[in-house]
Amino acid sequence: MDWRDDAIVLALRRQGESSAVVTVLSRDHGRHAGWLRGARDGRPRGGLEPGTLVQARWRGRLAEQLGVFVLEAQLSHAAALLDDPLRLAALSAACAVCERALPEHQPHPGAFAGLSVLLAQLPGPVWAAAYVQWEVAMLRELGYGLDLSACAITGGHDDLAYVSPRSGRAVSAAAAAPWRDRLLALPRFLVGRGDADAAAILDGLALTGHFLARHLGETAGVADLPAARSRFAQTYRKMMAKSGSVPPHE
Amino acid sequence: MIGPDIDRLIQLLAKLPGLGPRSARRAALHLIKKRDILMLPLADALATAARTIVVCPICGNLDSREPCTLCSDPRRDDSILCVVEDVADLWALERSGAFRGRYHVLGGTLSALDGVGPDDLRITSLVQRATGTAVREVVLALNATVDGQTTAHYVTERLADCAITVSRLAHGVPLGGELDYLDDGTLATALRARRPM
Repeated sequence: MDWRDDAIVLALRRQGESSAVVTVLSRDHGRHAGWLRGARDGRPRGGLEPGTLVQARWRGRLAEQLGVFVLEAQLSHAAALLDDPLRLAALSAACAVCERALPEHQPHPGAFAGLSVLLAQLPGPVWAAAYVQWEVAMLRELGYGLDLSACAITGGHDDLAYVSPRSGRAVSAAAAAPWRDRLLALPRFLVGRGDADAAAILDGLALTGHFLARHLGETAGVADLPAARSRFAQTYRKMMAKSGSVPPHE
Repeated sequence: MIGPDIDRLIQLLAKLPGLGPRSARRAALHLIKKRDILMLPLADALATAARTIVVCPICGNLDSREPCTLCSDPRRDDSILCVVEDVADLWALERSGAFRGRYHVLGGTLSALDGVGPDDLRITSLVQRATGTAVREVVLALNATVDGQTTAHYVTERLADCAITVSRLAHGVPLGGELDYLDDGTLATALRARRPM
């Protein structure tokens, strides 16, 4: 087996003195791990940080083997974000979500394209909304698409304000009244009708976090979000509370 | 045939960083040939180190003294505290001779992959030290990696309530580095961190 593909580094785990096991999300070969020799041999290793776009070559006798990678860095996304705690946390969270949620060796070109777009948007001004929208798209890719087109109860398209934690379908504010405390808040920017302010971003993270955890519970047996994803949500809340954008107690 | 004692020696040496079975055999043979001038002193040094070396309760350094030599040196500057990930990083900074303050070894970095969370690091003791009246600046000498800088941001947040300056090492072109051979990320970081001549 021998393939070449564009890929994004998701994780790197040191092995021995100078080698590492690297996990990437490749365009046509999905999530793939491989042995990388000389990962710590003194050369600058900026190209191996999570989020880096690389040209990957993977070789192995059988597809099921760990195999050996040769990686050539194309674009380092992390370097531009090292000084920004929130954007850096978002990058770590996105890579960790891909690493945990995507099945190994199954092509997910949509997930690769989505992660590429997100990483390109992280330095920009609407990065937080882009992150939430990326997780919504990721859920769709995983088969947990949220249906935010119409109210699950009335069929109406207006005033959609909640999502059912079971079905993932939107519910209008009026129809949701009796069950409001059991539903997840739907940030209006996800249906193209409101601003992506800090409170809406936090609602979005809670919404997608619920369904991601459910997916992980069903596929991996552990319904916990990756630690990097939980830390991102906590850091975002803490920093927004500090700046006065959201109440500290929420 | 190799006897069981020599075989055990080779197997143990092969577990050392940088040594494989072949280099372990060479090392074992060399030690046996230099029994009096190398093997016995080495065995003695290993036994002494195993008996006496402890983790410094103040900074996390390794030493046979408690507190360690660096913490008990009165000539060092108490007002500046350098935070490193590992003892190896502390030794690297000491080799440079550029830092004369105190150290604090975190014992790792936050890593989602390896399951290392804030409670696994020596962050609480760092906050306690930084709260002391003597400390005026904390230098975060952590790796320029995603995990290293995530940890740096977390530590900065934890130190927010202390009346101190928190700084970090510069990122950019290494001494002797040629621009043509640097990766894009390092170059971009160096450009952002440029300063007037």
